[in-house]
Amino acid sequence: MKFRNWLTAASAVCAYVALAAGPLHSDPLKVGFIYVGPTGDFGWTYEHDQGRLAVEDAYGDAVQTSYVEKVPESADAERVLTQMALSGHDLIFTTSFGFMDPTINVAAKFPDVKFEHATGYKRADNVSTYSARFYEGRAVIGHIAGRMTKTNKIGYIASYPIPEVIRGINSAYIHARKVNPDVEFKIVWVFTWFDPAKEADAASTLIEQGVDVIMQHTDSPAAMTIAEEKGIHAFGQASDMKQFGPNARLSSIIDNWAPYYVARTGAMMDGTWESVDTWHGINEGMVEIGEFSDQIPADVQAEAQAISDAIVAGNYHPFTGPLNKQDGSAWLSEGETADDGVMLGMNFYVEGIEGSIPQ
Amino acid sequence: MDLSSINPLLLIATMIAASMPIFFAAIGELVAEKSGVLNLGVEGMMIIGAVCGFVAAVETGSPIAGVFAAMLAGAALSLLFGLLTQLLHANQVATGLALTLFGLGLSALIGQSYAGIKPPSFPQIGFGTLSELPVIGALLFGYDALVYASAVLVVAVWWFLGRSRSGLALRAVGENQDAAHALGYRVVAIRMGAIVFGGACAGVGGAYLSLLRVPQWTEGATAGAGWIALALVVFSSWKPFRVVLGAFLFGGVTLLQLNLQAVGAEINPVYLSMAPYLVTIVALAAISGTGRGAHLGAPGSLGKPFHASG
Repeated sequence: MKFRNWLTAASAVCAYVALAAGPLHSDPLKVGFIYVGPTGDFGWTYEHDQGRLAVEDAYGDAVQTSYVEKVPESADAERVLTQMALSGHDLIFTTSFGFMDPTINVAAKFPDVKFEHATGYKRADNVSTYSARFYEGRAVIGHIAGRMTKTNKIGYIASYPIPEVIRGINSAYIHARKVNPDVEFKIVWVFTWFDPAKEADAASTLIEQGVDVIMQHTDSPAAMTIAEEKGIHAFGQASDMKQFGPNARLSSIIDNWAPYYVARTGAMMDGTWESVDTWHGINEGMVEIGEFSDQIPADVQAEAQAISDAIVAGNYHPFTGPLNKQDGSAWLSEGETADDGVMLGMNFYVEGIEGSIPQ
Repeated sequence: MDLSSINPLLLIATMIAASMPIFFAAIGELVAEKSGVLNLGVEGMMIIGAVCGFVAAVETGSPIAGVFAAMLAGAALSLLFGLLTQLLHANQVATGLALTLFGLGLSALIGQSYAGIKPPSFPQIGFGTLSELPVIGALLFGYDALVYASAVLVVAVWWFLGRSRSGLALRAVGENQDAAHALGYRVVAIRMGAIVFGGACAGVGGAYLSLLRVPQWTEGATAGAGWIALALVVFSSWKPFRVVLGAFLFGGVTLLQLNLQAVGAEINPVYLSMAPYLVTIVALAAISGTGRGAHLGAPGSLGKPFHASG
């Protein structure tokens, strides 16, 4: 019992010291981040954390950042967010789709705290949303995959059946099909963002089914490692992932959140922050295409670069008609492009993809 | 859907590989629980095993050294648990949970500079022409050394717990610590042994993950495998051979559903992912319904603190 009392006393003292130490600084802006995976996943969360570090670099002592990693997309997220809001954070970034409702709920309780939710669609006066047009990157790597596959089978490791993921599959498929009419997509849903063992199993399973190029919409480099081991190709996802598959990696879609995080923190400081909906792509630099591997023939590299350049120039939209939905019904007519609203709610495959989206 | 494109032999072989990490962790935890200790730190010990095994394998160039390092690391962490719970009488549940958190954090620290490095590949056991036999060759002779070690381990644990005198003492300590103490058994010493064995096994399970299943180090690589191992012990109702069955089921069902998806089976993967847990619930209900008592075969003193003063 004595020991326990001592512990209680000690922790009380620690808490007091921590509280007292806070206000000694001249009230830096407190910016919080919640992550769905570990900062060392070398994928999605890693890049968000790089963005956080960029905020620190940009503003030095004027900001104080903190993060909580591996937050489940459940009621736990609400608890973590509430705790962050209570501990005096001014601006909080919630960096996974599944944090959408928790963010909205907690934001309603703390009107003075500003929230920024990544990849969602629900906003409020103190909640902004931001996302990257990953589908632009998917168009580029889809093209490369279509040209590089020899078995005409491309594997796709999908996380959850949400519009963002479906959009990526459709974009990649359209562009692979365009250059290779025989191409077939094999899609497996793993229902997790981060589980290296499961992602690796998915990759192995796809390879057993004759796939020779793998794309993923999950966060760890496990599939890249398996691709390297089995001598097939893959693309870096969210991060470059080159070190995990020096031979396997063809290119990558890199998320660059740093400029956005720095800008939004700056807006908080000069009082111009307001609720906005940001959706940036290759043009704004939020989506970057990783360096092309030497294994891609020069003409394919040039074609891929041309797609990227056309998107940047605004001459090309990855979802340009004529395009039909999977059931054969017309979606986009000749030359028509998909508007943001349809893309944000995309819940169907385009014509040619086999299988159904799990509900 | 074309089920014929799934190679059943290959599927079974990969299912066995997928079940290894949870098997090792669960068989160790089973022994610990048989001695009356509930160590919820399996996840922490696994991931420490995963990272230390990885680091040791990379530094020495020998995956076998990695496995031994993982064993030591898991055992060391469990020793900490043993000291806290057996000698200092800390609460087992709280200490176990703390051990998991500690393990996850420490592993991230140790592994920091090891991301993106490829570990040396694990040697295959050469059975010569045996592995070229049709069907049997692939089914029996195509695995890594740890798979065979696991088979030896489960028989050894079964023999030890059920057939040996010291195993009887271990079970006595787990069933009724006061009676065992009165008979002169050294409760704390026996439990420490069981805890350390559990830790070493969990460490090997972790190393299997980071050296064989996904040969890389990523933070949080175990992703909840330790918790599944804990459920597995309950599922097996503390019987070694049922752990094998359970591990195959728990680990294999994920692969099965991924395979079904890849060949285009129209089954919602969510249902298949739920399957092992549903089976656990059904199995528990069935076991408790057989009239073998409400304790499902759980050791009588499981999780209870012991002090010689009684």
